[in-house]
Amino acid sequence: MPVVLEHLGKRFGDGAPVLDDVNATIAKGEFVALLGASGCGKSTLLNILAGLEEPTSGALEVPADGAAFMFQDSALFPWLTARGNIELALQLAEKNSGKRSSKAERNARATELLELVHLGGAGDKRPHELSGGMRQRVALARSLAQDRQLLLMDEPFAALDAITRDLLHDELERIWKETGRTIVFVTHNVREAVRLGQRVLLLSSRPGRVVAEWDVTEEHRTDAGQAGELTATITRRLREEIRRHAN
Amino acid sequence: MPTEQDVRPVTDPNFASGHITSPVLKGNPEDLRDLEAGLDKLQSDVQRKAGIDWSRVLLPIAALVVLILVWQFYVSLGLKRRDQVPGPLDVLGQMGVLWSEGKVQESVWTSLQRGLLGFLISVVIATPVGLLLAQAAPLRRAFGPLISGLQVLPSVAWVPASIIWFGLSDATVYFVVFMGAIPSIINGLISGVDQIPPQFRSVGKVLGASRLQMALQIILPAALPGYIGGLKQGWAFSWRSLMAAEIIATGGTIGFGLGSLLDQGRLLSDMAIVMSAILLILAVGILIELLVFGPIEKRLLQRRGLLAGGTR
Repeated sequence: MPVVLEHLGKRFGDGAPVLDDVNATIAKGEFVALLGASGCGKSTLLNILAGLEEPTSGALEVPADGAAFMFQDSALFPWLTARGNIELALQLAEKNSGKRSSKAERNARATELLELVHLGGAGDKRPHELSGGMRQRVALARSLAQDRQLLLMDEPFAALDAITRDLLHDELERIWKETGRTIVFVTHNVREAVRLGQRVLLLSSRPGRVVAEWDVTEEHRTDAGQAGELTATITRRLREEIRRHAN
Repeated sequence: MPTEQDVRPVTDPNFASGHITSPVLKGNPEDLRDLEAGLDKLQSDVQRKAGIDWSRVLLPIAALVVLILVWQFYVSLGLKRRDQVPGPLDVLGQMGVLWSEGKVQESVWTSLQRGLLGFLISVVIATPVGLLLAQAAPLRRAFGPLISGLQVLPSVAWVPASIIWFGLSDATVYFVVFMGAIPSIINGLISGVDQIPPQFRSVGKVLGASRLQMALQIILPAALPGYIGGLKQGWAFSWRSLMAAEIIATGGTIGFGLGSLLDQGRLLSDMAIVMSAILLILAVGILIELLVFGPIEKRLLQRRGLLAGGTR
């Protein structure tokens, strides 16, 4: 089990808890969609998993080598080319694992990763010369360069147009199958959660807590009708959660 | 924990149609790749290659010509004595005399050498100090106000102290240059670091950067635009401080720089020499900006996509 959360809680200062009693187990190689309304602490939970923030209570088990992280905006370094961004990730990743590779090896590995996200020809471009979708693909390649089993994704496709997002869904699914990563994918979009996840976890708002979960089976993937019904169910449950805060 | 495992689908009137989920794109992988390649082409920047932009060369020259004509016109009105306000041709003539005496070459070379050496040493000292102050909160709180104060303090104020400590030697000149340039570069670097989007640090942390790697491979390049701004200002402070020091501290083992030339002009009450020296000091400043900082800054902004819409 790469990720186990037990009674995890988080509060900032004396404020109300952002996360409270979060329990979840994520198996190796699993693709889990973490769904919740805006402001429910999804990103906080992800930051805790990534080690960017500390939980205030409860226990947390994550892989010892940490996690790769993909942000909502690509967060590529503007002073480096697409290739340079990936090579920097490779260089920083290996200092930790004790491996040492030559510049040529890193260059070859970066080429492979660029090919994997279908950006073989754009390696020498700088982030500002790329479209939003291309930047997110470079960011995906960079997070794969970290070579961690666990990949955390914080609404990575939220700012993209519909066609690009559909394409990236297909691409992410393909890459997940090719690389066998464990993926925790945060989103507020029910359709995206059903489209990508094997399992959808619904996080309530204030405090954030896992209140429901659904398995997305193979039938859901092949049968649009079933997928639609599941989406409707989850949407209704999500709306219920949000409505609770109306009064 | 209230968990609904695999809830049975229920039909909802609002979601009756079966086309709710985002579609798994149909088509063979080839088609998808074409679609993706098409989007990539449509959405990324078209490379534009501009030739030499003549307006960059001609406009400054035109402005210079206009200024000289205005100057000549004013002089030819004869409102002031010619020895108090010499015309462009008088100054040019004086410059020629100074050149033939070798004074122009000597003074420009001496000052430029000192200015650049002093500036480079300042950069070497100020960069690690600036990074350290920007990264370590207690140090910044302790020394930040002092550094800001030193930047505001006119460095010419150090000339008397420096003469008492080091006498009329090159050390005096360099000390004044350091006191002018170092705080300025430190402040530039700190403000550059302050403007880094916090996300870059998060990315660095997630990527597993050590403290040193974070400073050298993420913070420093991210702060580069502010740092270059600080360097530019640092150079300006070096050059000004140097001139101040050279005007005040003359003689001894101090060589003959542009400030010394200016002071000599004052002693001889020769306005043509004074104006020649001022114009030379100005020319060095303009040349350094045009040949060194201008191109560096432009390239930096261009590579980060910050140039579009600007007037550079």
